[in-house]
Amino acid sequence: MEEKSLHHEEPRDDFGAKMGMWLFIFTELLLFAGLFLVYSVYRFQYPTFFHQAALELNVTIGSLNTVVLLISSMTVAMSLTAMQKNNRKLALTLLFITVLCALIFLFNKYIEWGTKFEEGLYPGSPLMLKLERGHLLFFSLYFFMTGLHALHIIIGMVILLIAWFKIKKGTVNTGKYMLLENGALYWHLVDLIWIFLFPLFYLIT
Amino acid sequence: MNVIASHVTSYKTLGYVLILLLVFTTITINVTSYNLKAWNVAIALAIAGIKGYFVLTYFMHLKYENRIIRAFVLVVFSLFIAIFAITFIDYLYR
Repeated sequence: MEEKSLHHEEPRDDFGAKMGMWLFIFTELLLFAGLFLVYSVYRFQYPTFFHQAALELNVTIGSLNTVVLLISSMTVAMSLTAMQKNNRKLALTLLFITVLCALIFLFNKYIEWGTKFEEGLYPGSPLMLKLERGHLLFFSLYFFMTGLHALHIIIGMVILLIAWFKIKKGTVNTGKYMLLENGALYWHLVDLIWIFLFPLFYLIT
Repeated sequence: MNVIASHVTSYKTLGYVLILLLVFTTITINVTSYNLKAWNVAIALAIAGIKGYFVLTYFMHLKYENRIIRAFVLVVFSLFIAIFAITFIDYLYR
């Protein structure tokens, strides 16, 4: 066997990594699409109940979180641009802002859910079980879908934190930034899902 | 070894996209506060669709992405539309 190069090359396939990330994103989209389908069918069956129940949600917090997520989506995209342009410091700062936005989002969610919990409204609570079927379905879907979304926020935040430390260490750099790019893609996915969750739960009343 | 250099989206473009997304968010919040009956849902979903398009195209770099990935995304979203359409045809005309 002929030795082609003396350099030891780390096996690397950027396109494969990106394709893998997209395929994973599709499975995530299908997961949420299934839930949106359940939501729309029940909304169709219980229109008045869904309208009434949606009035109970806090539009201000929902809108604030939408703005926070949109800003964070831009900062993570800018962080990638900064990395591509070899501006490591800016990339780190922008990524830090993104993680900060994620924390603000989760804090708002904590306040929002906390208020509902205090009112006795949480999955399986005595009050929840006494609700009429249409209201019960709305709140169950609300807790499940926003909860699953919040879980994605936490996962995305962890991925971006790992990217932050790797940029700091230099293992993610201008010549090799696939982790940051894929992490950013995941973060945009989280934003994309919220873009649909927000009007469907908070606005259409 | 398969190293690719992804397209670099300028800060300016990303900034403009954010402004656009915020404008659409404001519109959707204001429009849905009026009672336009069934139109509320349609408008809210249309605006969400437009916002989603901008996120996919610019933030997720699909505009400059490989054709295979772009085609995949198109197929997945067509699949969603088909599933929703078939489900509702079933519910409406059962």
